[in-house]
Formats: sequence, C-alpha cells, structure tokens
Amino acid sequence: MPTLSEADSKRLLAGHGVVFPAERQVTTVDEAVEAAALLGHPVVLKLGGAGIAHKTERGLVRLGLGDAAAVAQAAAELLAAARPEDGEVHLLVAPMLRGNRELIAGLHHDEQFGMTVMLGVGGILAEAVADVAFRLVPITRVDAAEMIDDLATQALLGDFRGEPAVDRDALIDVLVGLSAAAEADGSIVGADLNPLIVVDGRPVAVDALVEVAP
Amino acid sequence: MSRHPVEAFRALFEPRGVLVAGVSTHPGKFGFVSLHNILASGYEGKVFGTSREPGEVLGVPIVASIDELPDGEIDLVFVCTPAPANADLLRACAKKGIRAAFVASAGYGEAGEEGQRMQHELVALGDELGMLVAGPNGQGVVSPPARLCAQIVAPYPPAGGIGIASQSGNFVSSFMNYAVQTGVGVSRAVSAGNAAAVSIPDYLDFYADDVATEVALAYVEGVPDGRGFFERTRAVAQRKPLVLVKGGATAGGQRAAASHTGSLASDDRVFDGMCRQAGITRTATIEEAFEAAATFATQPLPRGNRTVVLTTAGGWGVVTADAITRSSLSLTALPDDLRQALDGKLPPRWSRNNPVDLAGAETRDTIPEVMELIVGHPEVDAVLYLGLGIQSNQATLMRGGRFYPDHGLERIVEYHERQDARFAQAAAALSERFDKPVLTATELAVTHPTNAGPAAVRASGRVCYPSANRAVTALEHLWRRAQHLQARQG
Repeated sequence: MPTLSEADSKRLLAGHGVVFPAERQVTTVDEAVEAAALLGHPVVLKLGGAGIAHKTERGLVRLGLGDAAAVAQAAAELLAAARPEDGEVHLLVAPMLRGNRELIAGLHHDEQFGMTVMLGVGGILAEAVADVAFRLVPITRVDAAEMIDDLATQALLGDFRGEPAVDRDALIDVLVGLSAAAEADGSIVGADLNPLIVVDGRPVAVDALVEVAP
Repeated sequence: MSRHPVEAFRALFEPRGVLVAGVSTHPGKFGFVSLHNILASGYEGKVFGTSREPGEVLGVPIVASIDELPDGEIDLVFVCTPAPANADLLRACAKKGIRAAFVASAGYGEAGEEGQRMQHELVALGDELGMLVAGPNGQGVVSPPARLCAQIVAPYPPAGGIGIASQSGNFVSSFMNYAVQTGVGVSRAVSAGNAAAVSIPDYLDFYADDVATEVALAYVEGVPDGRGFFERTRAVAQRKPLVLVKGGATAGGQRAAASHTGSLASDDRVFDGMCRQAGITRTATIEEAFEAAATFATQPLPRGNRTVVLTTAGGWGVVTADAITRSSLSLTALPDDLRQALDGKLPPRWSRNNPVDLAGAETRDTIPEVMELIVGHPEVDAVLYLGLGIQSNQATLMRGGRFYPDHGLERIVEYHERQDARFAQAAAALSERFDKPVLTATELAVTHPTNAGPAAVRASGRVCYPSANRAVTALEHLWRRAQHLQARQG
C-alpha cells in the first residue's frame, strides 16, 4: 500500500481533530536553522518524503539538536542521505519532546470487520507486549474511554515516575480523531501514530504514517 | 433485521402441530429418535409422521404422503428425509400451511459441490414458499415453554429464560446439559446447522423480542458478514444480555502489515474489541458462557462493583478475595457502620473486615441476620456467600453411617439440613428484596447436588456455583454489562 509522507499524514489527520505539535517543513539547511530558532532548542530533525516510510531504520531522524550549529550539520547530512528513489524530500523541524511513556494508536482495515481504531502500549517492545485494544470505526467517546480501560498496563496510565496521569480526554480526542478521519476519507486503509509520547500527561503524536488505497 | 417474519419463528418454536418427515421404525435412526423425543417430552400439539413405509410408530399413524394430512393443523416439519427428496417435500408441506421447517438431513453445503447446489436451492425454495428453513445438517430445535423437543439428541432441559443458538449442535447439547445440571432452564435452543437460510444473528434477533427469553447464549465459529454481525448483535445486546463464545479464536494470527497497527491486529483482538463495543459478554469457555447466561437469567445486575464476601470457611474467603482483587470488582472495605452492626451480632473473633469470616462464631440465626445487614447496606453492591452445605455434608455422612439415628444423630442431621436450606433461601430472598446479586458457591453443588444447601439454592431457581472463582467470574460479567449500559445512558 502506498504511504503518505509524515507531513502529509499529519495534515490529513489534523484535519479530523488529531492534535500534533507545532513543526515546520523546510527544504534547506538555512531554513532548518531558522525554524529551529523559532521553535526553540532542542529540536528534532527528520528527512521526509512520500517515498520514505521507515525513517528510523534508515537513520533519518536526529534527536536533541541543542543549537544552530548542530541543526545545520544534521540538516546537511540528512539532505545528503536522500536517495534518488525517495523522490522529492524535505526536512521536518519539530520541538524535542520528552516523556517516559510511549503509547501507539492507529487505524487498520480488518478483512472481516472493516476499519478499526487501535490503542496500545508503545515503545520498542510494543509488538512483543501487544497490550492493545481495538474498536470498529466509528467510535464514540465512551468507546474510546473503554479502550483506555481495556489496556492491561493500567499502571502506565496513572501517575508515573514523577509525571502526571495520562490526560484521558486528550487521549480520547486522538482516538475519536482517528476514527473520524477513517470515516470521512475512504482512501485511508491504515495509520500509525507511533509513538504517542506522553509529555506531562498529554499524549503527543510525534510521528504519523497514513496508508492509502492505491 | 431478520428477513424472516416473527410468525415464522413462532411456527418453529411454538408450533400448533409437528410433522416428522422420514419416520423410521429403527430406534437408532434420526427418523425414529426425533419422533420419540417429541412424544417423550410431552409435546401437547398434534404429531404426524410420513414415511415410504406407512403404518404406526410409537402410536403415531404414519402416512405415505403429505397430501393425506389435514390442512392448517401443522406449523413445523422436522425433516429427516434424504436431501434430494426435500424440495418436493417442502412444496407439499407449504400447501398444508406449514410455515417452518427444521432440516436435519445432511448432504448439503458440507458435502461437496452437489450438496452446495442443493443448499442454494433449499434457500431459494424457502424464500419462494415463505417458509423459514432452519438447518440443514442440524440437530434440532427445543422449546420447553411449548414442551417441544424436536431433536435427534438429548437432553430435554427444564424451561427457563436462556435462548440458545449455536453453530455447533454439540454445544447446544452441552449448554442444555448444564441447564439440566444447574436447573436454570432454557426458553429456546436451536442448532443452526449449516445456517443456510437462517443465521445465528437471525435467531438472536428473534430472542431479543421474545418474551420467553431473558438472555441470549450463542456459539459461533465463522462470522461471514462482520459488519452486519456487529450491528445486529449490538442491537440485541442493547435489549438483553448476549453471551457469546467464539470457536477458532486462536486460528487467525497476525498478518504481515506495513503499519505497526496492522501487525498488532489479530483476528481475535479485533473480535474482542467488537464484542466490547457491541456490549456482548464474550467468554473463553462453554461452561463460563453457560454460567454467565444463567447468572444474567437469575440475578439482578449490580449497580456498582463493591463486593463483600461472607464466609464460614476461612481459606475460601482468602482465595476469593484474591480472585476479586484480580478482577474489575472491588473488594470493598467494610463501612464503619456495617462493621459496628456486625460486631453486635458476632463474638470478637470474627474477621472485622472483608471477607466477613465468621470464624465458626455463628449460632442458629447468625448467618441470615449477618447476610441481611451486608446485602442491605447501601455501600454494598454484590455479595458472595461461601461455606454453604458444610454441615449438611457432615449430616450426609452421619445419615449413612452405622450409628444413625441414635446418639442424637437424627436430630442434628435434620437441624443441619434445615439450617443450610434456610441460608440458601435467605440468600435468594435478600437478593430479591434489595435488588442486588447474591451468589452462593461450593463444590458440594457438584459433589452432592442433593446436599440440603445446594439443593435449596437450586430450588430457589439460582445457580450454586461449583467454586468461588467461577462465581467471581460470573459476577464480573454482570458488572461489565452494568458498566456498559451505565456508560451509554442518556
């Protein structure tokens, strides 16, 4: 299935109520430095494009860039790492968000039941732990709240290592937004918000990937 | 909605007369067994039979042709004839005013291309004749309110509120065997067979509005139309509890997918989420399913999850507290005023917390009085009562021993049995009075179902759970449904 670039994925989902952190899409090193200064350091820099689905595996994400020099160097390296098959590429400049907890949310087209929304415990062990809950699109806020209750790892959702409990309403917004996007746009066949970093209790999608029908 | 009118289901479950087509004189054949079961279970309508060899079987005159039967007296035909004969048979039945058929005959969709073709024709014929055609390749239909046991297997369960629909005939029997065991009865039961024209959701639709049915209980394997299944079962579960077991839950593994979400989506996880969303009570096992259904049929829904354990057996109290703690029920701390009230009834060695462990401190009236204080307290939503029948078990040993009835044994045996029966009756009466679930559990329900304690629970129309853990599981199903409904009110 074709995938949208991170920036296009976010634009599409944001149109249905999924909230993303402020970030800038730029094409040159100088613009990246300027955007980073506006957002405030440290920042994250990513190489994006319609042909790039798995940035992390290719080393196209640079985290915690603390000043203009670091941003300039990372921007130059990422642009140089683009391959011809990537097509048109750009740089995404985003604030560096930190949190000890990661969730994952997404959309999946099930053969039997059609479009589904998922919420799960994220991070590198997500697939091994597989603490997830699914519902069929469309979902109500009650359904979304029950998805949160369904997760086995409830301790992760309360006060955690000095961070406040996860903002359930904000998490419900994310799930209902995903459902609304799938309901409104029939071309969507899958989506990942991975990770959804819990920043001071608020779930923030720092990456997005939307799969569309060919 | 089902494409079959309610009247057609009435013809299936409450027929004025039944015809067995393909009656046999051989007591091992379906054509004999089905006729036998209809007659032996006390069906009160008229019973007719057809066979290529006319005569009399089990006192029923058997005719060669349907044309010889009266018009308008028969609603249901139970079909045991070979598949190729059935099209003509059903046409003749329709002319006699028969509105429903249960086709037990095999040789349809499960039997290769020719069978599939005949099954297709069977469905089309049912539509053409306006006849509800259940099966084919099913075990039968049971409807105790109509004293109907039209099936090729046992048992005939007691009448009650559970409506069963199953893709496996075998599990219809299993559910009904549990009904026989517990005494919590059945309103309707149908083995859907190949479910060619009438699907599990069709039966469930009928149960949802059927006054005889209080709770629906279903077994499914495949779900051909996932969205349709979701929409229809959700509509059923809004009206009545719907308990569901799905076979083959582990069959569908995760598929390779570009997205992480896709790789986390297994058939079972999606199915599970669908059930939660629809308000379906999904269980892992057949016995858990029956017990959940039987509990919905016999106990009120809890208003909250604050659960108190009342026990005369210490270890059971501890283990049950553990089970409650692992569940979504709450092992609520005893409210101060309740603790004080219990202090007034019990000597100081009682547990003074939840579980309420009487620690052998009970006298003649202690248990009913303590139970009333607990069940009646506004901060208690549900009660589990353990330890019933222990004294009656001793009574059984005494009654069967060589010293009985001397040495005062007769008197103590009667006392114990009277007391255990009283305690069981108190549990049921308090549950009704305060509109709260009160569940009783002891393995004696299975060890000695005639023990005065379990026997009195059964006589009260309720389940005596074979273990506290199973009672906790059943109660949690009630609580989850209560939550589902509460979250969606107004």
